[in-house]
Amino acid sequence: MASNVPKKYEKLIVNGKRLDGRKLDELRPTKIEVGIIPSADGSAYVEVGKTKVMAAVHGPKEMFPRHMMNEDRAVLNVRYAMLPFSTSDRIRPGPSRRSNEISKVARHALESVIFLEEYPTMGIDLTLDVIQADAGTRATAITAGAVALAHAGIPMKGLVAATAMGKIDGKLAVDLNGPEDNFGDTDMPFAMVSTNKDITLLQMDGDFTPDEFKKALSMAKKAIEPIFEEQRKALLRYHE
Amino acid sequence: MSMLKQNRQYLREKIISSREDGRSHTEYRPITIKTGVLDKAEGSARVTIGKSDVLVGVKMDIGTPFPDSPKEGILMVNSEFSAIASPDFENGPPREDSIELSRVIDRGIRESHTIDVGKLCIEEGEKVWMVFADINILNYDGNLIDAAGIATIAALMTANIPKIEKDGTINRDDESKSALPVTEIPVPVSAGLINGIIVVDMTKNEEKCADAVMTITTKKDGNFCAMQKAGPSALSEEQILNIAELSQKESKKIRSMIEKAVKANKN
Repeated sequence: MASNVPKKYEKLIVNGKRLDGRKLDELRPTKIEVGIIPSADGSAYVEVGKTKVMAAVHGPKEMFPRHMMNEDRAVLNVRYAMLPFSTSDRIRPGPSRRSNEISKVARHALESVIFLEEYPTMGIDLTLDVIQADAGTRATAITAGAVALAHAGIPMKGLVAATAMGKIDGKLAVDLNGPEDNFGDTDMPFAMVSTNKDITLLQMDGDFTPDEFKKALSMAKKAIEPIFEEQRKALLRYHE
Repeated sequence: MSMLKQNRQYLREKIISSREDGRSHTEYRPITIKTGVLDKAEGSARVTIGKSDVLVGVKMDIGTPFPDSPKEGILMVNSEFSAIASPDFENGPPREDSIELSRVIDRGIRESHTIDVGKLCIEEGEKVWMVFADINILNYDGNLIDAAGIATIAALMTANIPKIEKDGTINRDDESKSALPVTEIPVPVSAGLINGIIVVDMTKNEEKCADAVMTITTKKDGNFCAMQKAGPSALSEEQILNIAELSQKESKKIRSMIEKAVKANKN
């Protein structure tokens, strides 16, 4: 938590509503588009509020580097990046410690739903580019990545969607926006599989009592359903 | 070095009834915590969990504060998986696992406001103390996050702020140095999922068979301050809640061991 909270963000909930007018369990407006990058095997664009992410899949193709090849299954290679112009302070291009870690958790969030054993020795490259960041970039990137993989025709057990749960002004809230993330108490990125409702991404920082954590999990599970719906609609629209 | 497929399969089936070292699924290996193991460092600790062995040294230097927090000191957690510790580790820039480890531990300490960074200001906007916790893995036999987390907080709790002389130089030998303001003891507890079974404190072999790992960091009051799920498989809500409960229980025991080790150093 930053120590210098600007006056307009001192209270994040006013009269039961969040500063952007949302209810506590309400997602930001979400827009999903499929097939935005013609040269990719699969691609998607996802907008969640002001957060905007592009995802592209190249593959399954020959695995590179060769020594990373797996004889039993394909290797999913995820690269998450915030583009230099995605935040108010320019971000230096190239991998950072943060983007390295997010690439890893995003890979883990997605690979359990892919039938990787269908493509032994191959590689699947998934690029997740954040073109504008206003909190929830890893969640939005995972939501976009799942759609891009589905669009590439890669067999999957289900879709994966993600959002960030949080605690603001002591209350649990879904899908934190930028100021809520910066000046709120707790942030919990969360991803779930559409079919069996298993959880594939869970990170948390801040403060949760055991009870709040339990509630946060069930609230996130419920809140995420409309994202699955948007993902499905976008894929169907593309194939119409 | 990867594990033989047959060994992996055997261990995955065997785990249902017993672990390779005979422990129960919720039992830690013996933990040792030694503080004050280095003279040149401002604080230090060496922690073993079974055969896993981690050394943490805390160094402090004067630096410039971040523009958005001109009155606060800075904490940096970094880790090195030295090639000394395992044939699996290579020298060179930090890899994914080591970055994740230090970031998970950093979050546990930062988000619980463990260090009172407001007390590390020397000159507002100009000079603050920078606290570097460097994690060095000496031997790898699984569960590095817990070992490194314990060692980091123990090292911080025994760290002293060096004295600043009138000419602005740092005097690290002065007896009048004051303790680093540490107010919380966050403890990470990691549990893995192997073939549907939740297993705490996994060995290296068990980690190689694991489907997923979940680290939950708990504070003195029993609240959670950081979490991280790793590993390719999903976890169900029930499994996560079970791990949360386990973490709360185990972290209490480990916290009292840390307190004891820190006290021993101060006497």
